[in-house]
Amino acid sequence: MLNSRNKYDKYAWQFIIVSLIIFIIFMVFPAINSFYLSLHSTRGIVKTFTGLGNFKRMLSDRMFIQALKNTFIFLIVQVPIMLTLAMLLATCLNSKKLKYKSFYRTAIFLPCVTSLVACSVLFKMMFSNEGLMNSLLIGINMIKEPIVWLSHPFWARVVIIITLLWRWTGYNMIFFLAGLQNISPSLYEAAEIDGATKLEQFFYITVPQLKPIILFTTVMSTIGTLQLFDEPMNLTTTNGVPLTETMTISQYIYLNSFVYSPNFGYAASISYAVVAIIALLAIVQFKVAGDKYDN
Amino acid sequence: MITRKSQNLINSILMYGFLSIGAILSLFPFIWMLISSTNRAVDITAGRLLPGLEFFNNLKNLLNDTNIIRAFFNTTKITLIATIFTLLISSLGAYGFEKYSSKNREIIYKFFLLSMMVPFAALMIPLFTMIVKMGLIDNYWGIILPLLAPAFIVFFFRQNFKSIPSEIIEAARIDGAGEFTIFFRIVFPAMKSSFSAAAIIVFMTHWNNFLWPLIVLQSDKTKTLTLVISSLSSAYFIDYGVLMLGIIIATLPVIIIFLTMQKQFVEGMLGSSK
Repeated sequence: MLNSRNKYDKYAWQFIIVSLIIFIIFMVFPAINSFYLSLHSTRGIVKTFTGLGNFKRMLSDRMFIQALKNTFIFLIVQVPIMLTLAMLLATCLNSKKLKYKSFYRTAIFLPCVTSLVACSVLFKMMFSNEGLMNSLLIGINMIKEPIVWLSHPFWARVVIIITLLWRWTGYNMIFFLAGLQNISPSLYEAAEIDGATKLEQFFYITVPQLKPIILFTTVMSTIGTLQLFDEPMNLTTTNGVPLTETMTISQYIYLNSFVYSPNFGYAASISYAVVAIIALLAIVQFKVAGDKYDN
Repeated sequence: MITRKSQNLINSILMYGFLSIGAILSLFPFIWMLISSTNRAVDITAGRLLPGLEFFNNLKNLLNDTNIIRAFFNTTKITLIATIFTLLISSLGAYGFEKYSSKNREIIYKFFLLSMMVPFAALMIPLFTMIVKMGLIDNYWGIILPLLAPAFIVFFFRQNFKSIPSEIIEAARIDGAGEFTIFFRIVFPAMKSSFSAAAIIVFMTHWNNFLWPLIVLQSDKTKTLTLVISSLSSAYFIDYGVLMLGIIIATLPVIIIFLTMQKQFVEGMLGSSK
C-alpha cells in the first residue's frame, strides 16, 4: 500500500513540476526580491539599506496618500454598485419564465471581452469635451455648457467608475449565475407555498445562498480595484501625467519605477503596502462572511 | 387572485425592463464604435449616430499612421503561444494537486492561492530586472514566461477536476493506462468545456494585456495592439475615426472567439462553482 502511494506521489510531482518551477521563479523569487528592495533606497544601481525608512516616507508622502484615497474611493463606490447590479441581473436571467435568455446573457457579458485599454479609450472619446455625451446632454437641454469630464476632479472619477461598471458587471454576473444554478428549486417552491413575495425570496433565499459567491466576487474585485491601472492610465492621463484625483496606487508605483527618477526601493515598499492592505481586507471580508465559506 | 396576477405582471415588466436597459447600455458602445468607424472625426464628436462613408478613408489613415498589421500579428503570436502553454502547464498542475492528495502539496497549493493577493505591481520591478538579465526585453518570451502558471487558472482547473469520479481513473489504471495517458485520453476529452472556458480567459488576458507589454516591449517592431491603441489615443492630435477602427481591430477577434465558444464557456464557468 505504502509502495503504491509512493509511486503515485512521484507522478503527482511530475504533473506539478513545471507550474511549480514557474511559480517559484516568476512569483516567489520576485516577491522576496521585492521585499528586500523595499528595505532599501535605490538610485540607479546604488542601493542603501534604510530599513523601514521607505515606509516612514510613505506616511508623509502626499501623492501616496492621495493615490491611496483615490483607490479607496473607487473601491467603496464602484464595487458595491457593481456586485448588486450583477446579482440582480443574474437573478433575472435565472428566472424560468424568461425568454431570449441567451441574448440577454451574451449582451451583458460582451463588454468584458474588450481590452481595458480599448474600453477606456472608447469611453475617453465618449466623454471628451466635444464628445458624444456632451453633445447629447446639450441636445436634450440637460446642460448648457459642455462638462470637462476628464479633467474635472469629480467627473473624472465618475467616468472611471462608469467605465469600470460597464466593463466588469457582466463578468461578475456569470459567477452569480453559476451560483444561482446550484440553489435547489425546492427552496423557492416552499417559499412560494408560504406566500413569500419575489422580493422576500430574493433577500431570504437568494442572498444567503449566494454568500460564498458574494465573498469570492468581493475578494476578487477588491484585489482588482487595488491594482487599477489601465483605466486611469488611458482615460485621465495626458502625456504621462495622471490627474491627481484619479491617480491610483499602481499608477504611482509605475511612475516611481519607470517615469520619475527611478526609485525601485520606494516603489517596492509601496507595492508591499498594497499587499498588506489586500491581505487585511481579505481577512476582514472572510470574517464578515463567517464560516460559510469552506472552499 | 387578481393581485397575484398583477403582481406577476409587474414582476415580469420590471425583469424585462431591467434586463433590456442592461443589454442596451452594454451594447451601445459597440454599436457606436461600429458606426463611428465609418464617420469623420468631426461627425463623431458632434454625436452623429448614423453610418457614413469614411470607412476606407479611416482605414487608409490607420494603415499610414500606425503599423497596426504588424501589431495584430505580434498580438496573435503572443496570445496563441501563451494560451496553449498556459492551458497545458496549469491543467497538469491542477490535476496533480487535485487527484493525488498529500499534505505537502496542499501547503504549496495554499501558496498558489495566496499569490492571487499579490498585485502585479509588487512583482513588476524584480520581474523587469530579471527579464533584462535574461536578455528577454523586446522578446515575446519575456511577456509569456512569467504568466505561464497563473494561480487563478490553476484554481479554476482544480475546481473543475473535482467532478471527475475517481472510479474512472481507477478503472483506467487497472486496464494498465499510465498516469499521463489517463490525463490526455480520459480527463482532457471529458473536460472540454472547462478547457474552453480557461482558454477564453487566458486568451483574453494576453490579447488585452497592457502594463507588462508596456514595460517589456520597447521597440515599435514588437508592439502589441493595446500599446498601439494607447499611444494613438494619447497623441497630441487624435483622429477619432482612425482610433475607432483601431479599437474594432483589437476587439473583433475576441468577440468572434467568444461568440463561437460561448456555449462551452458558459458550461465551463458554471462547472467551476460546484
